[in-house]
Amino acid sequence: MTIDLERPWRVGRQVAVRPEPFGALAYHFGTRRLSFIKTRKLLAVVQALAEQPSGREACRVAGVSDAELPTYARALETLAGSGMIEEAT
Amino acid sequence: MTAIAAPAPRLVDHFESGLNAPICLTWELTYACNLACVHCLSSSGRRDPRELSTAECMALVDEFQLMQIFYVNIGGGEPTVRRDFWEILDYATAHDVGVKFSTNGSRITPEIAARLAASDYVDVQISLDGATAAVNDRVRGVGSYATAIRAMERLSDAGFEGFKVSVVVTRENVGQLDDFKAIADRHGAQLRLTRLRPSGRGADVWDELHPTAAQQRQLYGWLLERGEEVLTGDSFFHLAAYGDPLPGLNLCGAGRVVCLVDPVGDVYACPFAIHDAFLAGNVRSPGGFATVWRESELFQDLRKPQTSGACLSCSQYDACRGGCMAAKFFTGLPLDGPDPECVLGRGESLLDLLGDREVPRPAADHSRRKPSRPDRACDESPLAGLEVHMSRKGS
Repeated sequence: MTIDLERPWRVGRQVAVRPEPFGALAYHFGTRRLSFIKTRKLLAVVQALAEQPSGREACRVAGVSDAELPTYARALETLAGSGMIEEAT
Repeated sequence: MTAIAAPAPRLVDHFESGLNAPICLTWELTYACNLACVHCLSSSGRRDPRELSTAECMALVDEFQLMQIFYVNIGGGEPTVRRDFWEILDYATAHDVGVKFSTNGSRITPEIAARLAASDYVDVQISLDGATAAVNDRVRGVGSYATAIRAMERLSDAGFEGFKVSVVVTRENVGQLDDFKAIADRHGAQLRLTRLRPSGRGADVWDELHPTAAQQRQLYGWLLERGEEVLTGDSFFHLAAYGDPLPGLNLCGAGRVVCLVDPVGDVYACPFAIHDAFLAGNVRSPGGFATVWRESELFQDLRKPQTSGACLSCSQYDACRGGCMAAKFFTGLPLDGPDPECVLGRGESLLDLLGDREVPRPAADHSRRKPSRPDRACDESPLAGLEVHMSRKGS
C-alpha cells in the first residue's frame, strides 16, 4: 500500500505501544503481531499522529527532515500494512 | 514478527543489552501434568504445594499489565489442570495481557473450543511430537496422539483459525516434517517447530533423541524453504551457521528479551534453564517481578557483552552467536564454548573429548515417582535402557 500522508492517522484501536531504549514495540491484540518501531524518532512520529491533522504534520513535529521523509513514509506504510496505525476517520 | 525498515543501529545490539520488559515471557502455571513426556523440559508431573495462589497469579497479571507485557506464553505442566486456569485466563485478557497457552489438548471440550475461538486475545498451542500415534505416543504417552488430534478437530470445528501445532523436533520425528505440516494445514493451524533441549527430563533422553548432524542439515533446508510460514520461536538460531539465517531475532534472548516465571514464582533466564545458576529471583520478593527483571544481578550480567571464549575465533560466530546457553549447560559444556549441536561439529568433538562427566541436574524435579509410561512399550523402543543411561549421567 502507499500511505496518504495528507490524511490524519492514529495508532490502531487494538494496538499497544511500549517505548524501549531503541524505539518501541507495537503489539496488535487482534492479529497477535508484534512489530518493532526501530528508532526513537519513528516512535515520536507515531505518538504525534493522534494530535496532528496529517501524517506529514506528525513527521514534521517529530523532527523528521524533508530528506528523511521518504524513509519515514515507508516505515509508516509498513505500520499501516500490518494495522499498527490506521486512518483516523 | 516484522521489522520496520528505518535507519538504525542493529536491533539485535539493543536486545542484547536488555529491554524494559520481556518480549517473550513464559509463565508455567503448574508442575502438575496428566502426561509424563520423556523429554519434559520442566520435569513436570506433581503439583508443587508452594504454587502461586489465584490471587497471587492475578497480582502478577496486574504487574504484567503495568509493564506492558503484551502477551504471555502459559505452560506447565499442563496448565488447564489448574482449577482456576480459565479464571486466570479471563483475568489476563481483561487486563490487556494476551495469552498463548500450551496444552496436550486433554481439556479442550467442544464448549471450551467455542469459547477460545471467540476471543482475539487467546491463542492455543497443541503439543504433538509425532505425526503418527506410534512416534508421538512413544515420547508423550499412550493415547496422547488421539487426544491432541481430537483437540485440533474441536478447535477447527469451532472456527478457531491459526492456532498452533507445536512440535519438538527429534531424531524420530524429523522425517515427518511434511506430515506435521499437513496435519496443521488440515486443521487451519500453523506449524511450530522447536528444538529439543537437554533440559529437565530432556537431559535423560537427549543423547538418543536429539537430531543427528545430517538430520539438522535437512531440518535447516526444510525451514529455510518454508520461511515465515512455519514458526520456530527462534529455536534454531544455532543453524544459522550453515549459511543464511532463519527468520527471527537469531540470538539467545535469555534474561534479555526472554524469561520464565515458574509455578512457585521463581524467575529464570529462560524456559529451558530451570537451575539455580539461572535463577534471578522470585516474584514474591519485595518489588515483585519488575524488580527481578530490571535489577537482578544475573540478568544484568546476561545483558553485558558476552565473552565467546573458544568460539571467538570461529568464522561463524556472528551467525550462531555461540548457540543455546541451556543446551551447553545441561550437556556439561562451558557456556563460552560451542553449542552441543554446533553445525561445524565443534560441540560434538568437545563432548567426545570430555567423555563421562557430571552434568548439572535441574533445580526442581516434579516427576511422578512412577512414570505412567508403560514399561512394555519401552522394550521395543530406542529409549529402552534409559535407566542405565540415567545412572551413567546422573548426579
